[in-house]
Amino acid sequence: MSATILLWAITFAQIMLAIAMVLALARMIKGPRAQDRVLGLDTLYVNSMLLILVFGIRTGNTLYFEVSLIIGILGFVATVALAKFLMRGEVIE
Amino acid sequence: MNHVTDLPLWVAWLVAAFLFIGAGLTLTGSFGLYRLSSFYDRIHAPTLGTSWGTAAIVLASIIYFSALQSRPVFHEILIGIFVTITTPVTFMLLGRAALYRDRSENNPEVPAMDLPKDILDKLKLADKTESVYLESGERE
Amino acid sequence: MSQLFPYPLLIICLIIMWLLLTSFSLGQVIVGTIIALIAAQGMAALQPAKPRPKRWDLLLRLTGIVLYDIARSNIAVTKIILQGNKRTRKSGFMAIPLNLRDPIGLAILAVIITSTPGTAWLGYNFAQGTLLLHIFDLVDEAVWLDLIKNRYEYLLLEIFE
Repeated sequence: MSATILLWAITFAQIMLAIAMVLALARMIKGPRAQDRVLGLDTLYVNSMLLILVFGIRTGNTLYFEVSLIIGILGFVATVALAKFLMRGEVIE
Repeated sequence: MNHVTDLPLWVAWLVAAFLFIGAGLTLTGSFGLYRLSSFYDRIHAPTLGTSWGTAAIVLASIIYFSALQSRPVFHEILIGIFVTITTPVTFMLLGRAALYRDRSENNPEVPAMDLPKDILDKLKLADKTESVYLESGERE
Repeated sequence: MSQLFPYPLLIICLIIMWLLLTSFSLGQVIVGTIIALIAAQGMAALQPAKPRPKRWDLLLRLTGIVLYDIARSNIAVTKIILQGNKRTRKSGFMAIPLNLRDPIGLAILAVIITSTPGTAWLGYNFAQGTLLLHIFDLVDEAVWLDLIKNRYEYLLLEIFE
């Protein structure tokens, strides 16, 4: 019984997070300006981090925790670098 | 999912509820990011996923692995702390970058770097009672 | 003593983080302590301004208030996003003069405001001492001013000044 509940909840959560990733990706492609794309990329990173965390619950393997931690760190560094670039690099599109 | 057959029922419901809340908030945040019309509106939406969205999924993971291994498992809390610390930094930088770009293009919708003297005096006088409402953003 | 352990809180946090990332055993405690001490020396070389909170009890109260406010504004923003176009919503910029000058206090205020859905910190003008915010649901600016000034800034002033 508990396995069935968990399986459904995890599948549902994974589908919702996947849709969230698609929406963030759509915003990243659509833009219209560079800051919108960077915001979309940051959201995409956070969503994929959460998706992998849920994947870890599904398989019962704690190794996925490390994967999502690395994704989180990479996303943070990438967004900070891109935001700094927007401020100091090209100013007008 | 064969490894969870001996999990108590209430643990399964609790994990399921937290997963649902977390994934739902994250989806709402991303939906808002997609749907809202101006950048300054959109910057609010993903904070749903990075505040209680992440917290709920991290809590679900902590409860699940603690119940599964019959000992407290806390390492997921690092993700929660990490996201809590880094999200404000990224969003502040992005907001400032957007403001800087808009100002350098003389976009009339964003307020100027220094407030005009008369507005500032009014703010200082009225310190605790009211503030000045500057330019409005977009209307939905 | 303070040469060897420049930032006790940082050292403790780093040891706990190391133990969470690996496993709880004596060997890991030793390795984690060595790493934390080296990292603290690196931190001391940077010479950052040391935070000096005067009221630890109020810091705890502030944490509780912020967690509650984040949960509340999560619900509010979720409602607005899901309602769609049914309700007219006005969002806008807002300038708030602050009495808080302590850099650490301002940093904490920035973290609070940015991690709460519905408010975004856009800039702080050091010369004028004003804070520029963007508010998602700016129906009544007096409510938001009251929230920032009386709920957060008041406590931060008590803690740091």
